Amino acid sequence: MVMQISRSRKITNNVMLTLSGLCALLVVMVLFFILGYLLWNGATSLNWDFFTKLPKPIGETGGGMANAIVGSGKILLLATLIGVPLGFLAGVFLAEYSGRTFAFLLRYTVDLLNGVPSIVIGIVAYALVVKPMNGYSTLAGGVALGIMMIPIAVRTTEEFLRAIPNSLREGAMALGATKSKAIFTVVVPAAISGLTSGMMLNLARVAGETAPLLFTALGNMFWSPGWLHPSASLPVMIYNYATAPEDSLHAQAWAAGFVLLALVLGINVTARMIIARGPASARR
Amino acid sequence: MEQLKGGDEISYLITLACSIVIILIVVLLVGELWYNSQPAIKKFGFSFLTGTTWDPNGDVFGALPFLYGTVVTSIFALVLSVPLGVGAAIFLAEMAAPKLSNALTFLIELLAAVPSVIYGLLGIFVLVPILRKYVAPPLAMTHLPIFSGTFYGFSLLAAGLVLTIMVVPFIVSVSREVLLAVPVEQREASLAVGATKWETTWQVVLPNASTGILGSIFLALARALGETMAVTMVVGNTPTISTSLFSPGYSIAAAIANQFAEASGQLFIASLIFLGLVLFGLTIVINAVARILIIMTAQRGM
Repeated sequence: MVMQISRSRKITNNVMLTLSGLCALLVVMVLFFILGYLLWNGATSLNWDFFTKLPKPIGETGGGMANAIVGSGKILLLATLIGVPLGFLAGVFLAEYSGRTFAFLLRYTVDLLNGVPSIVIGIVAYALVVKPMNGYSTLAGGVALGIMMIPIAVRTTEEFLRAIPNSLREGAMALGATKSKAIFTVVVPAAISGLTSGMMLNLARVAGETAPLLFTALGNMFWSPGWLHPSASLPVMIYNYATAPEDSLHAQAWAAGFVLLALVLGINVTARMIIARGPASARR
Repeated sequence: MEQLKGGDEISYLITLACSIVIILIVVLLVGELWYNSQPAIKKFGFSFLTGTTWDPNGDVFGALPFLYGTVVTSIFALVLSVPLGVGAAIFLAEMAAPKLSNALTFLIELLAAVPSVIYGLLGIFVLVPILRKYVAPPLAMTHLPIFSGTFYGFSLLAAGLVLTIMVVPFIVSVSREVLLAVPVEQREASLAVGATKWETTWQVVLPNASTGILGSIFLALARALGETMAVTMVVGNTPTISTSLFSPGYSIAAAIANQFAEASGQLFIASLIFLGLVLFGLTIVINAVARILIIMTAQRGM
């Protein structure tokens, strides 16, 4: 006996499957809309002055965001110096040395830290750095973003080291290497492309963070000397200029938005390409 | 431990020290929040959460308007993003060819990487004008209480919509993974007894993945609650409690972002940090629920 699928079931099937396709299309279109809009509005507001000049005082047109670009660079450098080594070494511990109980505790803590809203990290950096040192600074901004980089640094390291087959460790140790030698001269190099791209994604994630910088690095219309003075940064500039009433500042905000997005997505695409092309052992 | 020799102790100790430092940082984080909000905790206690007045000049601080704005915008965002996100995930996991699915997932993951300040920028200059011109007038015609009053653009509605767009990528990518983890045999068995593709997805695959999808929803909720910049830029920053989505509002994160740098007076700063502590507690609980749900499916699926 041949069962016929009823018309209504067929229709439901087609309608619902089409709807799910439309959902996917809609979500992806949002990305293209964002890219297109920023390219159109941002790239047209962009000029050489943007990269080389200081912001002009309110009321004057022109000027650039050279200080914010350098400021962002300094904050991110500091954040990387704090978050990556700490997270990487803890990740090595988690993957290679740790016992079960401690690993559970550390993993739980790291997950907890990963879930903390960025604005709360800002408060903590304020309490830890700004308050005791009596002033907003590049350092405080770097500490805030550095803390934010830790969780992903730990989990990426653990994940990529665990993906390295045990035979490599055993091989190295059979040749007489100590455990630490095996880890740092055999296992880590084998996972290096994964580790590098993981850290790049981590950096891209914090590069756009604004909230933790609002009351740590604060902002600055001029060059920020050294590490202990308030500093401008691209995301905070976008926020300040976008919420300011002057149209000329809005154009600058679009330009800055375009530069920031190009930077973040550029790092993202590069990192994902490195992961995709990396050696099989480093693949997930 | 006895196998450690020739430099092993050093590398063991260094990596252990880093791990302990990270745990200490988190302990310090909670401690600082707790310690620095003490003046506000002592003065207001639980009434902080129910007070509706936020008056820095009179030293009266009640967080209810912020709490209300945070919860309303986040729930609103979930109402829209869950069907959209799960729908997209179904397409990616069940229908699209692997190559297409991977390409689209890649793009959606890029969407998750867009900084929140960029969403705020687009919110101010694109979303708010569109809402004002094309969306609010027809919604006002419905005469529903949630769409009443004058619409100025910066509102709970605008904040909820920006949050919707921001959390969709998280729901899509986690839900897709969860759906893909459902064994193929389940689908084959259902199709073999004559179910259509949709019936298989709806009645067999989705129930199997429901715990994990619920986990992804909680993850998205935690994101939405803690999101600062995009909300601050479009929500209107007015500490009122209104049933209308047209009215401006405020969120916990936005209050901290706007007022912290200018706050003077011990009690004012302590109250803002107390807000941070409340937000921290809220996101921690929801993240924990999400993680438990996702782990539960992972164990069942494997």
